[in-house]
Amino acid sequence: MKGNLVVFVCFLAGIVFGAVGITPQWLHHPDLPVVLLSALILQVGVGLGADDSLRSMVRTLRPRMFLLPLFTIVGTLLFAALFALLPGCWTLPQCLALGSGFGYYSLSSVMIAHVGSASFGPELAAELATVALLANVVREMLSLFCLPLFARWCGSVAPISAAGINSMDVCLPGIVRCSPQSTYLVPLAIVHGLALEVCVPLLITLFCRV
Amino acid sequence: MFRILFLLFAGMGLGYLLRGRAVTRKTGQGVHVTICVLLFVFGSSIGSDASLMERFGSYGGQAVVIALLTTAGSLLAGVVAQRLIFGKGGRK
Repeated sequence: MKGNLVVFVCFLAGIVFGAVGITPQWLHHPDLPVVLLSALILQVGVGLGADDSLRSMVRTLRPRMFLLPLFTIVGTLLFAALFALLPGCWTLPQCLALGSGFGYYSLSSVMIAHVGSASFGPELAAELATVALLANVVREMLSLFCLPLFARWCGSVAPISAAGINSMDVCLPGIVRCSPQSTYLVPLAIVHGLALEVCVPLLITLFCRV
Repeated sequence: MFRILFLLFAGMGLGYLLRGRAVTRKTGQGVHVTICVLLFVFGSSIGSDASLMERFGSYGGQAVVIALLTTAGSLLAGVVAQRLIFGKGGRK
């Protein structure tokens, strides 16, 4: 919990420093997050490779693991559709497009802004893209900070679904930490994240063109 | 996508070659520090975008509701998947 608090404080400090304008210019270089994410994935890989249980982890890769992304997509979109019931909000296809980011805030917002502008108009698409960006950031934060709670309340697989696309990168260390004895969770989380990454552009394009 | 896969498998190969060495036992701390730095950078990019900060108020509420709904939906789907695919207690 202390570790999660430190992570949250870092995020808040970033917002405050950015808003005040005292962050150096190089911190806003577009390649910096990519470099940091690459370093993170490499370290996750080194940790997995050095783990003695790697062989048993590879042996646990099963075809049925590919069903989990389907469950995540159906569950996410069903609940995203509920948002359309609120008065004065978005239409059903727009709500489904908002839910189709699965935590992939950068790609989903850019795609909604571009693909959606042809269907909804540039102004509405920009608004929808902003909500998508924030919603997917909040989803990532929720997953990152609440993984231990999700694992305690819902079992070891549900945190992977909740993490969405982040199950294979940012949330992977947390998923492993929550259930260290379950070696099958690492391949499951990676398969889940990869499958969703492929589905995000397809689903957003579909719902923005309905 | 392929870059992430490549890095993951390259790291796994490197970790396998270096297994047992002290440096591999420090990857947990390294991962935590990198996540903190990544979120600080992300936060600063949000904070420095004045138009995004202005829209935070008007769209923030909707975003939180959507995020809560989609997270709840995926959690429920995960629980159902665990029971149907992996067995009640986890792996079948």
